[in-house]
Amino acid sequence: MAKITIDNLRHSYLPEPKRDEDFALKRVHLDWADGGAYALLGPSGCGKTTLLNLISGLLHPTEGRILFDGRDVSNETPEHRNIAQVFQFPVIYDTMTVYDNLAFPLRNRKVDEAEIKKRVTAIAEMLELTATLSKRASGLTADGKQKISLGRGLVRSDVNVIMFDEPLTVIDPHLKWQLRSKLKELQHRIRRTMIYVTHDQTEALTFADQVVVMNNGEVVQTGTPIELFEKPKHIFVGHFIGSPGMNVMPCQVRGGKAFVEGHAVAADNAASSKGSGRLELGIRPEFVTFADKGLPVDVVKVSDIGRYRVVDTRLGENSVKLIVPEGGAIPEGKAHLAFDKAHTQIYSDGWLAGEAR
Amino acid sequence: MSKRYLVPIVYIIFLMLPIYWLINMSFKTTNEILNSFSLYPREFTLDSYRTIFTDPSWYGAYINSITYVALNTVLSVALALPAAYAFSRYRFLGDKHLFFWLLSNRMAPPAVFVLPFIQLYSSVGLFDTHLAVAFAHMLFNIPLAVWILEGFMSGVPKELDETAYVDGYSFPKFFVKIFIPTISAGIGVAAFFCFMFSWVEMLLAKNLTSVAAKPIVAAMTKTSSASGYELGLLAAAGVLTLIPGAIVVYFVRNYIAKGFALGRV
Amino acid sequence: MNKTFNNKAWWMVFPVFLVVAFNALVPLMTVVNYSVQETFGNNEFFWSGTIWFQQLLENDQIRDSLGRQIAFTAVALFIQVPLGLAIALCMPRKGPWVSVCLVLMALPLLVPWNVVGSMWNIMALPDIGLLGKTINAMGIHYNYTRDPVAAWFTVVLMDVWHWTSLVVLLCYAGLVSIPDAYYQAAKIDGARPWAVFRYIQLPKLKHVLTIAILLRFMDSFMIYTEVIVLTGGGPGSATKFLSIDLVQKALGGFDLGPAAAFSIVYFLIILLTSWLFYTLMMRNEAN
Repeated sequence: MAKITIDNLRHSYLPEPKRDEDFALKRVHLDWADGGAYALLGPSGCGKTTLLNLISGLLHPTEGRILFDGRDVSNETPEHRNIAQVFQFPVIYDTMTVYDNLAFPLRNRKVDEAEIKKRVTAIAEMLELTATLSKRASGLTADGKQKISLGRGLVRSDVNVIMFDEPLTVIDPHLKWQLRSKLKELQHRIRRTMIYVTHDQTEALTFADQVVVMNNGEVVQTGTPIELFEKPKHIFVGHFIGSPGMNVMPCQVRGGKAFVEGHAVAADNAASSKGSGRLELGIRPEFVTFADKGLPVDVVKVSDIGRYRVVDTRLGENSVKLIVPEGGAIPEGKAHLAFDKAHTQIYSDGWLAGEAR
Repeated sequence: MSKRYLVPIVYIIFLMLPIYWLINMSFKTTNEILNSFSLYPREFTLDSYRTIFTDPSWYGAYINSITYVALNTVLSVALALPAAYAFSRYRFLGDKHLFFWLLSNRMAPPAVFVLPFIQLYSSVGLFDTHLAVAFAHMLFNIPLAVWILEGFMSGVPKELDETAYVDGYSFPKFFVKIFIPTISAGIGVAAFFCFMFSWVEMLLAKNLTSVAAKPIVAAMTKTSSASGYELGLLAAAGVLTLIPGAIVVYFVRNYIAKGFALGRV
Repeated sequence: MNKTFNNKAWWMVFPVFLVVAFNALVPLMTVVNYSVQETFGNNEFFWSGTIWFQQLLENDQIRDSLGRQIAFTAVALFIQVPLGLAIALCMPRKGPWVSVCLVLMALPLLVPWNVVGSMWNIMALPDIGLLGKTINAMGIHYNYTRDPVAAWFTVVLMDVWHWTSLVVLLCYAGLVSIPDAYYQAAKIDGARPWAVFRYIQLPKLKHVLTIAILLRFMDSFMIYTEVIVLTGGGPGSATKFLSIDLVQKALGGFDLGPAAAFSIVYFLIILLTSWLFYTLMMRNEAN
């Protein structure tokens, strides 16, 4: 178990990176506590897998350091870092039984057989693999194989961190949920540091205590799922998390007040936003309601999503979506909208205005 | 550089030595070959090559070889294309048995077929023609071409065919305009393997021809039996047979690994 | 892939079927026909039953050829398969040198078989060949046209030169298709290079190795041209393998019956061995 510090890490796949664009990972600084559950969330190509491989030691950073419990491990091999990793596609040793697969990392480390037996049995019990222990690993289903991959990490007592690289990609949809809850439960029970890389917001938000959202090789926000939802620090986070994503529209700020299409809108951070840069106003569909007066809009489309409905409206040039719970009245044609002030934010050049980055 | 790269390097040197020696010999005079041992030609001469390029029995043999190899490659691939398509897209009566029977022909020793082939092609009047050799080699090449092409075609999703039909393509038009370009890499690999077998085989090529379609591999055997003073000529003829192979392998260099790694392999 | 059942597909297979049937069935029928008949010329044939097959079993000469053939194939496989695998394992996986390696290694496969024979003939000549001269200079008496051991050594070396690349290319193709994640997982699990080979590479290469062994078995069992050019089957009959024996009988001796019986047995040996080997390997996989 270890506390992980990512200190000003930069990485480029080019031999001599010069410009900022040459870096797959621009500059990342993170502190992760021992025993926490973390998720790296972002679209493909955002640098999350690069970051993961840097932590595991499969890649070495161009600049910066990685510290496990204050010890610099930047140039150590994966083996010496004592990490475990579950890959996108199940990696198992085809010719071995499930038992031998689980015992493999211990045997490589010359642990004695009695101890191996004890630990493998315990882990198999935990992962519900006991019944299959003597079977060939290649005969298992995809979720069984992923459990073995995970088990190979869990059997080792010296593991600093267990990392998951989109581990549910090849799992059948109905088993995804099951395996995800299993993971979460295990995390609670054994309290080991786990890092979960994914592009799926549901997986990240349900698994992690802290989610790191990445885009274009940078960390855009770190926070709990609630923070990410209620106060996105960047419009990218607003778009990427939540379904449908945050409404974003150009605005002006004059005298501590925001104006959209000439209409005044009360915003949480309007006072602290300077008039510099490109200004936008963001609000989640969950915090928009129909009202008797307020912003005049045209109702364009209503989509039924089951427990609620998503209403598409048009405010001048801008599209504004809102969520109406089941049974809620939806006006036709012209209507008025009210924005919840506490959740209405101003963004300057994409970043939340008035906050330190 | 890692130490383990020494292994392929030493292996490649081992592969190149006999080829170098062949080239070396081809530029030596008969006198030098017989009377001295030298690592490079002391009296550099092009006489052997001059002989080959001026004597019709030599250069004619090259043309014969290239003719039947080209004929064989084109025919094998052309016939194998629709068959491979059928195997990759449809189930039909006896398909599996047919496939295995086709492949089993690849296991037949050419020596078994020499005599019956001579009789068969004589009886249909094809003996000593390019067509005879091309046809005989097709027994071994068609199964291989079908197998390779089927592997590539199975990698193309069926949706491609269906989309084309929806877009109003007729089957022949779809096959020529869309499907063939899609699997061009596979066709290249199949053609490479057909070329390879047909170009290197000698037993059948030699025995199915006598004068008119005599291939280079047969022309060379007349010198190999005569000892000593024709070695330079033999070496030069050998060097010239390496060239088509080298050209072909250069063109398919990016597909070699893929060709060997067909889905099923 | 989901295939639809359609007997019309036969029309697409028909040309191939026709050509192969013409090429395979007619000659095979001829051979079978000869193998049970006796001729005294003039195209007159008499039923002779299984006499040629019985003679075949008692024929020492053929038995010796078969013994030599099995020994040769075994030696060839034992050298080429491990060597080819080792070379493939040592090859770079990416970079500009990969195609250079592949092109140079594929070259021997495209040399006409008789040229392979000639090449090694010139190479191994005791007085003017690079190999022959070198060995003799080291004080070892070497003359492949006189000494059976030297002849065998040369033939085997030639076959290694000619065909090891096929094994290399097959194994290399198999190796590059193993996803990186396997190597990464092994690194994380602390596996030594030997364990990586034993538990990742070897199992993943099983299929390719099966094909390589099968192809090398078939082709080495049919070897003819290279040997006939290099040694002519000699000295004596030290390197007279099955195909050389068969061609001598079929084309030289006009013993159509025995040659035909020989052909059938020869073909069946290859077919059965290949089938047996393939089924065993695949059954093992199913378990």
